[in-house]
Amino acid sequence: MPSYLFWILSALMLMGGGAVIAFRNPVSSALSVVACFVGLAGLFIGLSAFFVGVIQILVYTGAVMVLFVFIIMLLDLKDEEKAAKPLLPIAAGVVLFVVFTVQLIGVLSRSPNKIAPDLSAKTLVLAANSFPPTSKIATTLSQGKLPDVHLIGHTLFTQNNLQLQILGVLLLVATIGVVVLSKRQAD
Amino acid sequence: MATLNDYLLVSGLLFAMGLAGVVLRRNIIIVFMCLELMLSAANLSLVAFSRFNPAPNGLPDTNGQMLVFFVVTVAAAEVAVGLAIIVALYRARQTIHTDELTSLKG
Amino acid sequence: MNLAWILLFLPLAVAVANQLALKKTGLAPTLSVASALVTFVIAVLLLGENETSHFAWATVGEFSINIGIKLDQLSTGMMIVVTGVGLLVHIFSLAYMKDDAAKARYFTGLSLFMFSMTGIVLADNFIMTFIFWELVGLSSYLLIGHWYEKDTAANAAKKAFLCNRVGDFGFMVGILMLWGITGHLAFDHMQAGLELFQKANPAICGGVLSAAVLCIFCGAVGKSAQLPLHVWLPDAMEGPTPVSALIHAATMVAAGVYMLFRLQLTLGFANFEGLQASQVIAWTGGITSLVAALMATQQDDIKRVLAYSTLSQLGYMVMAVGLNSGEAAMFHLFTHAWFKALLFLGAGAIIYACHHEQDIWKMGGLLKKMPITGITFGIGTAALIAVPYVTSGFYSKEEILSAAYNHDKILFGIAVFVAFLTTFYMTRAFVVTFLGKTRSDQADHAHEVGPLMWLPLIILAGMAIGSAWITGPLCAIDPRTHAQEHAHGHFVILGLSITALVLGLISGFVLYTGKNQDPLSIPLLKNRFYIDGFYDNFIVRYFQDAFASLVAFFDELFIDGLMVGGLSRSAESVGNIFRRVQSGSLQGYAFFFGLGVILVIYFTAF
Repeated sequence: MPSYLFWILSALMLMGGGAVIAFRNPVSSALSVVACFVGLAGLFIGLSAFFVGVIQILVYTGAVMVLFVFIIMLLDLKDEEKAAKPLLPIAAGVVLFVVFTVQLIGVLSRSPNKIAPDLSAKTLVLAANSFPPTSKIATTLSQGKLPDVHLIGHTLFTQNNLQLQILGVLLLVATIGVVVLSKRQAD
Repeated sequence: MATLNDYLLVSGLLFAMGLAGVVLRRNIIIVFMCLELMLSAANLSLVAFSRFNPAPNGLPDTNGQMLVFFVVTVAAAEVAVGLAIIVALYRARQTIHTDELTSLKG
Repeated sequence: MNLAWILLFLPLAVAVANQLALKKTGLAPTLSVASALVTFVIAVLLLGENETSHFAWATVGEFSINIGIKLDQLSTGMMIVVTGVGLLVHIFSLAYMKDDAAKARYFTGLSLFMFSMTGIVLADNFIMTFIFWELVGLSSYLLIGHWYEKDTAANAAKKAFLCNRVGDFGFMVGILMLWGITGHLAFDHMQAGLELFQKANPAICGGVLSAAVLCIFCGAVGKSAQLPLHVWLPDAMEGPTPVSALIHAATMVAAGVYMLFRLQLTLGFANFEGLQASQVIAWTGGITSLVAALMATQQDDIKRVLAYSTLSQLGYMVMAVGLNSGEAAMFHLFTHAWFKALLFLGAGAIIYACHHEQDIWKMGGLLKKMPITGITFGIGTAALIAVPYVTSGFYSKEEILSAAYNHDKILFGIAVFVAFLTTFYMTRAFVVTFLGKTRSDQADHAHEVGPLMWLPLIILAGMAIGSAWITGPLCAIDPRTHAQEHAHGHFVILGLSITALVLGLISGFVLYTGKNQDPLSIPLLKNRFYIDGFYDNFIVRYFQDAFASLVAFFDELFIDGLMVGGLSRSAESVGNIFRRVQSGSLQGYAFFFGLGVILVIYFTAF
């Protein structure tokens, strides 16, 4: 990914993040989150993680944020009425942000940097050798394309099958929990 | 080309914004959104690591992306439950402002 | 040797069982009596043993405090007295305390006392003596205060405890001094240690030893109720009468004498020859016996007469110890235990029959109504006033008199005068209580007590007459083998003591036969030389109150204000600080969480 694209997407993401905090209207905040996530998805795709980028859009932007907006509508929230914002939380938040950023820069400046390894068609064709030659992954790779959905699926279903099942149970429990929580108590 | 540290910096900044938002916003829904920002910032680091630390065959380490997949799934479940709790809270208290929710005060 | 350990710990086990498990079942008295019987049998079986055994009780570095048992002629003989009198008193108590609501507590106290007294007698080192010394003080306190609903009983218990504490402080200092001098606490090693010290410091040895002995004597002064700490013993008569018989006549108060003699035995008699401390001990004993006998002549409460008589006899024993004739003292302790227990139990029977009337002027004519009690009481009186040749008291008192005669003629004069006074007040008590006509309704309705009560009386009466002859088999100390001491001045002593006896009997009978009230009234004696009044009005008011206010000040400022209050206040303020932290504000928590994250990053990354 060209450098300027990275900076543009990063700027989009960070501005979105900042806007979430800055807007007083919850709907505006929610839309800022969407903008932020779009930028983030772009960064994912720039990192050759196409699948993650897509689910970032689909799940987060498409489902989760819609849920947020839906709840905001449901509760019919107005702008925060108190115009005069208390100074202490703002100061605390700013202090945390600044200290954290300073620490971040400190840590990064002392840790070795890396440039992205080569992912050209040649590398992909070479990598095809580590998979069974008739498999979908190997054939895709030998065409010089990155089959990242297949790769993730391969990892998921070969190495982390049990965790995947548990995740399914978790989602089931969450669904039931939501139903129980949202049900009005019978008077 | 952007280096690993660039990604980590951006990711860290997003995380710090989320944290600051949790601390300084009083609307619990926005606090919740900020939590999502922090999770996503972590995801960005994971994907960056997966890209910059390739597997032996030269491809990106899919373990990192798989972890992102898990995080997204858990976050979806968390958002569902969390928003349900917020709705229940609103029903009980008629407010979602954290400074009005002080029943834990000692 | 195992028997001895059973002897020591059985009463404790019984006391614990009584208090913790059998309180409500009514089994407590039976169990206590059974344990007293068993301990008596064991004490008989142990006669003549000569052994030592111990185990470490508390070890600090190389120094260890032992709990040990030393069996020799002295301790096994004393055990016969303790368990024998104890057994009879237990049996007597069964009847005497029949209707008491707190029987279980009473018998727990008795068993605890038996345990503690056994501990003193069998102890093989001074620390153990001291521990059990305090334990008898405790059990005595519990038993005197048995009827604690009565203010007088509660106060008497307190007084006994406090007086004993004063003495015990000296005792403790004395033990520490002896430890410093000899380097040992166990009786078996002390003499050697003392000899080493003597060789190293010949100049100061006598003085230091004298001081140590005097400090230890303080303990005996408290426990054996010598002047000036005697005031608790008469008040202790507020306790149940069997307790007075066991603790305040026969055993515990004699512990002081026992312990002094044990000290002499341990350090060697030669070291006490010409020691300043011995003089002080002898004179304290002599003066106590005189003063107590004088007080006894004007008391109206039958138990108080006996209490002062006990004081006076203890004075005799202490005097004998001080005159370096501890064997005479132990012999007198041995005979005195039986007949004084007899007198107290007899008094208990009278009090029981007269529905808790204790004033002798409200009794009278009881000999006809209670013949067994009357006759046994008479025998006890005869032994106490030392009727020649037929009673045990005669032989032991004779030994003390001869010891006094050989060492100090003034003390001898005092002792003879005390013998006269003893005869006089006991004749008075006997005549007023048992002869003449009844002077109150309670005495009118009195009748002979049941067999559980008169059986112990008869056994004790037998001992009152016979105990001087069975010292051999009982291994009790009997000085009558020292023939040369016996021979010197024998007839002078015999003559004077018989004269004192006859004079006392005549004056007692002449003055008190057929009288309805006391023909003599000596306020000084009746009011016990105003010693109690002096203590109450002077010492208590000025010293105790001043000290109490000092202590109260200290207590309020330092203990309450700084220690207890300070701790609670600091806990409170710390709590307040943390209460702020628990603000209930979500953002506050999140902020601290973030702060924590930053700290973690700081510590891991930098």
